[in-house]
Amino acid sequence: MPEPDMPDQNSLLACRRVWKLYGHETGRFLAERGGTASLAELAAAGIVPAVLDIDLDIARGETFVIMGLSGCGKSTLMRCMAGLIEPTAGEILFEGRDLSKLPEPEMIQIRRHKMGMVFQHFALLPHLTVLGNVAFPLDVQGVSRAEREKRAREMIELVGLKGREGYLPRELSGGQQQRVGIARSLAVGPELWFLDEPFSALDPLIRREMQDELIRLQSILHKTIVFITHDFAEAERLADRIAIMKDGRIVQVGTAEELIVNPATDYVRAFTRDAPRARILSARAVMRPVNGTEGVAGSVPANARVASFAQRVEATAGAWAVIEDGRVLGMIDRAAMMDVLVGRDVARRGAPGQPS
Amino acid sequence: MTIDALEARRPPASRSAASALLWPAVLAATAILSLAPGSFLPDWAVRLPAGWKLPIAGYISVFMAWLVDQASFGLFTFRELTRGVAWLLDWPLGLAKAMLVSGFAIGQGSQAVPIAPPLPWYAVFMLGVALGWRLGGRPLALLVAGGLAYLLIFGQWASAMTTLASVLVAAPLGAAGGLLLGILCYRSPRFERALSPLLDLAQTVPVFAYLVPILFLFGFGPVSAMIATILYALPPMVRVAVVAFRAVPEEIVVLGRMTGCTRHQFTWKMLVPSARAGLMVGVNQVIMLTLNMVIIASMIGAGGLGYDVLTALRRLDIGRGLEAGLAITVLAILLDRLAQAMARQSERGRVHRKEGAGRLTGRRFWLLVLALAAALWAAAFLAPPLAVFPAEWQLSTASYWEAMVRWINVNFFDALDAFKSFVLLNLLVPVRRFMLGLPWLWVVVVVMLAGWRLGGLRLTVRVALATLFIALVGLWEPAMLTLYLCGVSVLVAAAIGIPIGIACATHRRLWKVVEIVIDTLQTLPSFVYLIPIVMLFRVGDFTAMIAIVLYAVAPAIRYTAHGVQGTAPELIEAGIANGCTRGQLLSRIRLPLAAPQILLGLNQTIMLALSMLVITALVGTRDLGQEVYIALTKADVGRGIVAGLCVAAIAIIADRLIGAGAQRLKNRLGLA
Repeated sequence: MPEPDMPDQNSLLACRRVWKLYGHETGRFLAERGGTASLAELAAAGIVPAVLDIDLDIARGETFVIMGLSGCGKSTLMRCMAGLIEPTAGEILFEGRDLSKLPEPEMIQIRRHKMGMVFQHFALLPHLTVLGNVAFPLDVQGVSRAEREKRAREMIELVGLKGREGYLPRELSGGQQQRVGIARSLAVGPELWFLDEPFSALDPLIRREMQDELIRLQSILHKTIVFITHDFAEAERLADRIAIMKDGRIVQVGTAEELIVNPATDYVRAFTRDAPRARILSARAVMRPVNGTEGVAGSVPANARVASFAQRVEATAGAWAVIEDGRVLGMIDRAAMMDVLVGRDVARRGAPGQPS
Repeated sequence: MTIDALEARRPPASRSAASALLWPAVLAATAILSLAPGSFLPDWAVRLPAGWKLPIAGYISVFMAWLVDQASFGLFTFRELTRGVAWLLDWPLGLAKAMLVSGFAIGQGSQAVPIAPPLPWYAVFMLGVALGWRLGGRPLALLVAGGLAYLLIFGQWASAMTTLASVLVAAPLGAAGGLLLGILCYRSPRFERALSPLLDLAQTVPVFAYLVPILFLFGFGPVSAMIATILYALPPMVRVAVVAFRAVPEEIVVLGRMTGCTRHQFTWKMLVPSARAGLMVGVNQVIMLTLNMVIIASMIGAGGLGYDVLTALRRLDIGRGLEAGLAITVLAILLDRLAQAMARQSERGRVHRKEGAGRLTGRRFWLLVLALAAALWAAAFLAPPLAVFPAEWQLSTASYWEAMVRWINVNFFDALDAFKSFVLLNLLVPVRRFMLGLPWLWVVVVVMLAGWRLGGLRLTVRVALATLFIALVGLWEPAMLTLYLCGVSVLVAAAIGIPIGIACATHRRLWKVVEIVIDTLQTLPSFVYLIPIVMLFRVGDFTAMIAIVLYAVAPAIRYTAHGVQGTAPELIEAGIANGCTRGQLLSRIRLPLAAPQILLGLNQTIMLALSMLVITALVGTRDLGQEVYIALTKADVGRGIVAGLCVAAIAIIADRLIGAGAQRLKNRLGLA
């Protein structure tokens, strides 16, 4: 489990009070108000807010998911992070350097060698084969043909498209096209990997398959990932941490479990309502205090997900101990399993059909 | 609540009543003013006083003379510049001509020593068929073979090759120039804003108008003709290129930045290839427009098929004119289909080739074909008689056509003449008298009123300036004659085209037939219409009207059919569910929703009518077209340009007013 608060020296990418506003003279508008403005003030000035006062630290090797509904500013924030658009105010620190202060040639070098991006609609070049598309970023850098094709073949094999090198994008299915997009973004060996709703345009089954693929790749590659989605199930499967955005602001950052257990607002609660709790919540999150007199049917580790032990706990009438480093932290029993299934807010007595 | 109070709450209704009365009132006033202009308005408002006219034509002529005789850029004079451009363009053109028509020779004129013959007909034939087979398989190969066979059998080969040579040079130059300008527009919005009005003008000024200055600057000959052709074919390419670039997905643009592309890399490795399918549409346009120009270009020395049609028209030789005109159509169809096949290939993407497959790969195929062509060329070199298509294999249908027209004239002369007189007396003459009777000031007011109602202040100012320009350069009368001929033709075209379009929309089989007919009407060079019509009805406004209607009816049909067909199916279903009869479906759902589309079709019809106008000058009309034509024959630059600008002004007024109207309609229907 990553720590909720990342220490600064481990941070690869950081946002410091980042604003992005669209309208006339937005920079001056913000500066005149001491670097902050309310929604009402912005509306009165005819300024369209996209990203408001974002502070974030993304650690090396972390999979950080930004989620929210369309129009919440998540794409704009990612484009700010990639240095594609300049924020109205604030700093984007990549390896400690402010992207907006870098000269263009240096920015080009960073994009060429340290960043990769995967797009929602794949953005494959229609006139190039799979091999040509994957080798494209290297071609732009001036890498020799033999070398870039060798590297591209490796990447194609990595994403499981070996044998399709000579195909054109049109001849591939959506899932396969996105595999090409992924291979292309990995060809330069980036440190920071942006994925902009990469699976939103795919069918649910394929989406699932691609998520597994991404998990597999990440277990090999250990990239730092910034992933955008509007689907909480997807976020929960992939993320170390999730940031939920609404109207340009980040409402809450935390692990999926934290968002479910301690939602900061009703908006977050609504987002997480249909999440598969058994897979997300750990024993620690659902345990109750130890009651000195009861017997112990067995033990589960505090970090174990409910789904991994639910069946065992349910099969016995007694309570199970939740242990960490040999200490008992609390107890769980059948009733706790039911809590998870029907949702914590439901009164225990009201839950029907309890087996005796 | 009293009646008064109710009345007081209805201001919107009363306002719309006032605006509903506006146009009937304008119409009534127009009628009165036209019948008795002198009695209501002072003289200066009816006829523009001579002293008000601006001698712009004179200024332009003086300027052009100065440009040619005295202008200098320091190192070289303007005349040297034009000579240089001409020399530069003469190079590829000479090469293409030598290759296809004349053969290679050393020396000039009578001292020329031939060193190599042109490609013999069978070599060109083989190359064409191979290209067709490669791009479109057997159907296209057969089409190319058939087309080329027509050119050979009907004795059009030599002329067709001359025309083909200039098309093969002009079309790539036009496409490349358009592409580069398109890239500049995409990169710099400021450049686009500067270029856009020039493109507008180039597309609305009749071609004849810029033939005059080109003739003046570059002299009579194939190079001038090619420059005019390129200028004519280039603007749509720029437009199409910009649209194609804008349609490249934003993600691709972001990808370019993320991979750290330089601007040059982005343009040539991403933008242009991604937009390839769209760009091919532009290339197709360039080819078609280049062929449209063939006849007009032959007036300033292009030769080839255009010249044949022109001579036939002057001699009223319908058979020869039709055959040469059809040859142009054949060339247009072949080049169009080949370009379309190329576009389709790039759009679909070549299917990946399995390695080691037994078929000929692209490069090996072309090496083989070119080697074969070279061998055939060598054969022609060794045995010159082989290179000539045998005369006894040729045939001509000219005499049959002539006989047919003569037979119609002999048997139906009275009926045709009666019909013509009827239309002339009841439609053309009254309208002409009406238009000429209108006080100029009143026309300006009405145009401004329309601009105000349809598009607000900016549009009002624009159309007012365009109208005033026509009045002040002193071409009011020809302009009104233009408006009359064009207006009547457009009304007739609409009256024919819109019902046909509606019928086509509901009967698929009919549409298939009609589509072939209007495709042919549009690809047939416009001059060709004139010949049979002139033979049947002799020269005059009536002949011009029929020619214009035939040429301009196609978009009215096409847009109506598309508009009516394009009604959202759920609306049709809703109509049926509500118990509409077929007629009600048409009148209450389909037509109202198709109205903006139909208006745009009408707009296209007007544009085509205006472009045909100048050509009908050849049959003795007295409008702006004639003005331009006279200027061309007298090489009077100023007069030609001013008359051309007046036609452009009319086109721009019509285009802007109708465009604004269609937009308003779309907004109201929620289609925009």
